[in-house]
Amino acid sequence: MQFGIFTVTDITQDPITGRTPSEHERIKGTLAIAKHAEEVGLDVFAIGEHHNPPFWSSSPTTTLAYIAAQTSTLQLSTATTLITTNDPVKLAEDYAMLQHVSDGRVDLMLGRGNTGPVYPWFGKDIRQGLPLALENYELLHRLWREDVVDWSGQFRTPLQGFTATPRPLDDVPPFVWHGSIRTPEVADQAARYGDGFFANHIFWPASHTQRMIALYRQRWEHHGHGPAGQAIVGLGGQAFMRKNSQDAVNEFRPYFDNAPVYGHGPSMEEFTQQTPLTVGSPQEVIDRTLGYRDYVGDYQRQLWLMDHAGLPLKTVLEQLDLLGEEVVPVLRREFAKNRPADVPDAPTHASLVKAKYGDAEPRQATPNANRGDNLTLGSPYQDTPSVEVTKAGAAFGPAATRKEVVR
Amino acid sequence: MTAKRIVVISAGLSTPSSTRQLADRLTADTVAVLRERGVEVEAQVFELRDLAHDITNHLLMGFAPPKLEQALAAVSSADGLIAVTPIFSTSYAGLFKSFIDVIDAQALTDLPVLIGATGGTSRHSLAIDYAIRPLFTYLHAIPVTTGVFAATSDWGNGGDGVRSLPDRIFRGAKEFAELVERTDRSDLLNDPFALDRAAGHLVGGFTGE
Repeated sequence: MQFGIFTVTDITQDPITGRTPSEHERIKGTLAIAKHAEEVGLDVFAIGEHHNPPFWSSSPTTTLAYIAAQTSTLQLSTATTLITTNDPVKLAEDYAMLQHVSDGRVDLMLGRGNTGPVYPWFGKDIRQGLPLALENYELLHRLWREDVVDWSGQFRTPLQGFTATPRPLDDVPPFVWHGSIRTPEVADQAARYGDGFFANHIFWPASHTQRMIALYRQRWEHHGHGPAGQAIVGLGGQAFMRKNSQDAVNEFRPYFDNAPVYGHGPSMEEFTQQTPLTVGSPQEVIDRTLGYRDYVGDYQRQLWLMDHAGLPLKTVLEQLDLLGEEVVPVLRREFAKNRPADVPDAPTHASLVKAKYGDAEPRQATPNANRGDNLTLGSPYQDTPSVEVTKAGAAFGPAATRKEVVR
Repeated sequence: MTAKRIVVISAGLSTPSSTRQLADRLTADTVAVLRERGVEVEAQVFELRDLAHDITNHLLMGFAPPKLEQALAAVSSADGLIAVTPIFSTSYAGLFKSFIDVIDAQALTDLPVLIGATGGTSRHSLAIDYAIRPLFTYLHAIPVTTGVFAATSDWGNGGDGVRSLPDRIFRGAKEFAELVERTDRSDLLNDPFALDRAAGHLVGGFTGE
């Protein structure tokens, strides 16, 4: 099982000191948090995507590429990547690129986003959110699996003879999670593709998460990917810890009371009762987290939100120490107990390569020579079937990829 | 035949309130009319005052605390809704609208509604037709043509002597009961999370099934 953290990259005033960090300070702080996550033995660091202040993470692959260079085992992921407003072509390119520079330590979590104006800013209509998510992913999925794609859809200009470069590392696309707070169609989409499903978990009651996961598991089975217990499930979580429970409560309360999402709403006691937020000792976080298995079954990935609401960097790093030293080792041990042997781990690049190639050498995409017009056309790689181009001028459009000229 | 389920929401702020009193009268007449026709009926009352904090929390966080969740589930699966609010500053009470705002936009479709409202004087009575009725028609609910307004004087001898409050209550209740009797709404609910079968086996029986 994988354990890690995710950040939404909010830049929030510290309610104790009244100070708000600059974008630069918070960006550098988050990089330090990511590196420390690896140092304390966590497996995953995931970053959100936003296109408006007070958030800074508009360019997740740039951030993750830097972190990849500074770490050696940390799995890099997103929480979430906007599949609605990003161009699936650019997503295919960016994340394949990130696979190469990180030597495969990358997966991503797709989501629809929660900021309405992002849609019009990127020329989209929020009422089409779900159809956008479905169509864009269908294209992204193909771009990573087919060297040459002919495609047309409702939301993007058509593609003829398009090759997304670089090809995924070892010709194995990054594993994809589909994140959702409450949309049953997304659970079904994840199940249909045999992808992972990540329940946000932290903003809704457990009973709701239970239903979402049950639906995903059942659809997984329905779509023929194997027994429901083998579906790939991830959960969000949220914790603030000190050795003594009461110290945690006292220290975290002003951050809770003023937090951007739930501040000035329910009391911390109500919220901790109704959602996974746990404020207390490491043991309380252990007990709470182990309880998740009771309603979602054995699962693959647990991520916590640790660095939001204006918590100072020093405090966040201390939280990671507690997580890495006291919480996660116990969770690894306890979650392993009674875990059925056929429940898989979360897919990694290594496991996906193994699944695809066994002991054989993975494919290494090697392009054919440029014809002189910056196109390789229908046979971009040396191991793909070649296409004979009868005359110049047929580089674009249906003529270039017409079936009868394929040998 | 299973009993028809009527949900009553009362947005009165004091306890006891004339709003709740009107709600109770509308409910009593509705139940009486339905029983007279041999229709079994259950009525469940929610005082929005008791849910006020939960409603605010829902507005801020996007999910309903357990007590409010029960009320929302009851409303969306009802065969009829009796909705009664005081009129404040020419319109429904803010608490009433906040409750409507946290109901799923599709949850009231085809729902028969009996509207009641209370106010200091009968000069506010048209608020039912210019403020409350459009709210329910927007949500594709079916408010019956008679809405019942009770001014303070209606509770004494200063009310309308020709069409008295009890007459108006009965008329509204009768129209409402006819729709409730005919609707098959509570049998047609579509739960997007519904599973083909129980889910306990999916996770090794952990869910207690």
